[in-house]
Amino acid sequence: MIGIVDYGLGNISAFANVYRRLGIDVVVVRDARTLRGATKIILPGVGAFDHAMELLNASGMREPLDEMVLGASVPVLGICVGMQILAGGSDEGRAAGLGWIDGGVSSFKSLGRFDLLLPHMGWNDVQPAQAVGLFSGLETDARFYFLHSFYFECTRPQDVAAVSSYGVDFACAVHSRNIYGVQFHPEKSHHFGTQLLKNFAEL
Amino acid sequence: MLRPRIIPCLLLQGGGLVKTVRFREPKYVGDPINAVRIFNEKEADELIVLDIGATTGGATPNLRLIGQFATECRMPLCYGGGIKTREQAKQIIALGVEKVALSSAAIENPGLIPLIADDIGRQSVVVVLDVRRKRFGSDYEIWTHNGTTNTGKSAIEFAQQAAALGAGEIVINSIDRDGEMKGYDLEFAQNIRKALDIPMTVLGGAGSLEDIGQLVRTCGVVGAAAGSLFVFKGTYRAVLINYPKQAQREQLISANLTART
Repeated sequence: MIGIVDYGLGNISAFANVYRRLGIDVVVVRDARTLRGATKIILPGVGAFDHAMELLNASGMREPLDEMVLGASVPVLGICVGMQILAGGSDEGRAAGLGWIDGGVSSFKSLGRFDLLLPHMGWNDVQPAQAVGLFSGLETDARFYFLHSFYFECTRPQDVAAVSSYGVDFACAVHSRNIYGVQFHPEKSHHFGTQLLKNFAEL
Repeated sequence: MLRPRIIPCLLLQGGGLVKTVRFREPKYVGDPINAVRIFNEKEADELIVLDIGATTGGATPNLRLIGQFATECRMPLCYGGGIKTREQAKQIIALGVEKVALSSAAIENPGLIPLIADDIGRQSVVVVLDVRRKRFGSDYEIWTHNGTTNTGKSAIEFAQQAAALGAGEIVINSIDRDGEMKGYDLEFAQNIRKALDIPMTVLGGAGSLEDIGQLVRTCGVVGAAAGSLFVFKGTYRAVLINYPKQAQREQLISANLTART
């Protein structure tokens, strides 16, 4: 059973709908007990980094999440800010992230000579950087919807799962062990997103 | 490559889908949820839904209906109409809407913009400006309450102010081109594009895909929104929800982006 973590941020119903249409069971998780019943975890998120961490830490699910993901290797997929909080921290705020994938979150603005519009908003190409099951069937011509001003910088190049380009090539997907994250919104990316969410369910 | 967004804009009134001409004569064109389903099938880039009865009717956002939209919508959704408070913005985001569109409340009280941006992130804050060319001169002024009240504020100045305060996107809606299907106001679109460093969407006037192409040629990576174009077909404006196929979109966009450089 895929558990969609509802800590007050992100499009919970959109994920649930995609999976229902695929005939895959999901449960919306709001407490530690329900969370422990999940065999896979989706960690959504929108908005500011610190706000997301604050809500997650106060949700009563932080500890079981750490145990399940780091201890029991339960697969987890962070989406948008849910991906960014996999890092140790962000230029956007001061809060400590989950620290599950080595790296930090930076602003496009911190790049010298960045003259594109922010936020990065709209449909952009996504190129997988490694053969990872999450991108099965999405090796060529995949595009997804983005809506963000900050991006994940992996400490270890091998954690970059896919790359997109907006003035600079950046990691739009990360992967290490059982931990996955995507910056874009698969729940709002039509058949590309449906395929990715299906892939996660089948990992 | 980041692509320009081709965005159907759906107007709501009393829970039904309507289409106006110059902000007047709302014509009932069908069931909004059904329209969303069709745009899902056609894989539209994004969707804007504006409840044009909410502010003028003094009503608050219809959260039940917005929730239905968010649940049904498989593309990014921007909702506007009647949003006056931080709490409403948060509630709408929590329903699964990607962006909230502020209009009269933000125009009357720009201080609301940074507060809502703090709550939901600036990427989700859209400011919609209904604009009309000044009677004398080339500037554009912002009107509110479905184009009935002139605020006297300069569209470009306010758009810049809104961006500086924390808006993530500006939607420029031309009152006089609404429903006319004779093309966007390209000169004004270009002026406002140059004045802003955040994404912008232009609404009002698109009557053909070529109009969208011209907007892309003029403004580059931009949101091209349209109402009539995607709900009517033919000279008699028969209701038919439509949207270009992906190959058509790709061709339109690449041809016009190439022509631009």
